[in-house]
Amino acid sequence: MASVNGILGKKVGMTQLFDDRGDVRPVTVLQAGPCVITQKKSAAKDGYDAVQIGLVEFVKGKNVSKPMQGHFAKHNLPPVKFMKEVSIISETAKSAAEGHEDVAVKVGDKVLVDIFQDERFVDVSGTSKGRGFAGVVRRHHFQGGPAAHGHMFQVQGSIGASSFPSRVFPNQRMSGHMGDAAVTVRNLKIRGIDVEENLLFVEGAVPGHKGAYVVITRAKQPPRERRGFAGSTTIDPLKAAKKAAAGKAKK
Amino acid sequence: MSISPIMDKVLAKLQRTDIPVLTPGDNVRVHVKIKEGDKERLQAFEGTVIAINNGPQGTFTVRKVSFGHGVERIFPRNSKVLDKVEVLRSGKVRRAKLFYLRDLKGKAARLREAE
Repeated sequence: MASVNGILGKKVGMTQLFDDRGDVRPVTVLQAGPCVITQKKSAAKDGYDAVQIGLVEFVKGKNVSKPMQGHFAKHNLPPVKFMKEVSIISETAKSAAEGHEDVAVKVGDKVLVDIFQDERFVDVSGTSKGRGFAGVVRRHHFQGGPAAHGHMFQVQGSIGASSFPSRVFPNQRMSGHMGDAAVTVRNLKIRGIDVEENLLFVEGAVPGHKGAYVVITRAKQPPRERRGFAGSTTIDPLKAAKKAAAGKAKK
Repeated sequence: MSISPIMDKVLAKLQRTDIPVLTPGDNVRVHVKIKEGDKERLQAFEGTVIAINNGPQGTFTVRKVSFGHGVERIFPRNSKVLDKVEVLRSGKVRRAKLFYLRDLKGKAARLREAE
């Protein structure tokens, strides 16, 4: 079956989980879905294949604009506030590999977090926390000046030479608005999926505040499986060496 | 700190209920699972609980003196590594954090047993 490449969600918060080895991992809890497909874009009509999905939550119909109400009424959909377009995984390749017959996604279909069941990594996009007008120390990690003896503290030094070039080069890092920008964090490891509660646990931080809307997609470029490095197959190189030695002695 | 109801549910699932309630001053034996290759064995860590951090992801710190050197280990209460925790005896203490024990050794570092 053709499958949608991503899901919409909300950041719930961060916590810690224990992995198989008993180590603590920092984990972000994401409420992923349930989503509904609100519109389908086709190559024939729109020039590309994609679906528009919306995050199903408690939204009053009257709080959605009239044009959107019409959009939802067309297919008898629940009103949604947060919508995004996500791509569809190429139906032919995937269905051929699995031997399924091609079932196209259609408007009104549910998108649930189980689409990530077989995945190991996801990309998460959101809007980062706004920091307002931030200075250079905070915004660009400048070192700042000495803290005492009549110095200014968090100021930038020179921003260029004098008569030549008589201008400031483009992209000179200065203070200004920071945060509240679209940020994508790639290749967050999936640490757990709760299908019943629509929760997704990813290792690491996710942009935005708690309750912020995020778009979760399959990892665009997941890290390559490393081969041949110590620890990939053997757990303890010392033990492995001992085992090998014991094996030789038997022969 | 207010946590969302979803977070409460997630954290409630993580809680281990088989670990006894510990108080500072307790003498405990902590059985720790240790993985060696594909084999697993237990190792006991016996000492005094000198600090407890509460909360959904609470920890407790156990201090012992091993061959003249103080050793402290912080155990997350919900850790999978813990096999079981035995309370051997509880000491009478008047504060929550017993960090003063770090400066004491020998007979001075003993705690009177609680009634």
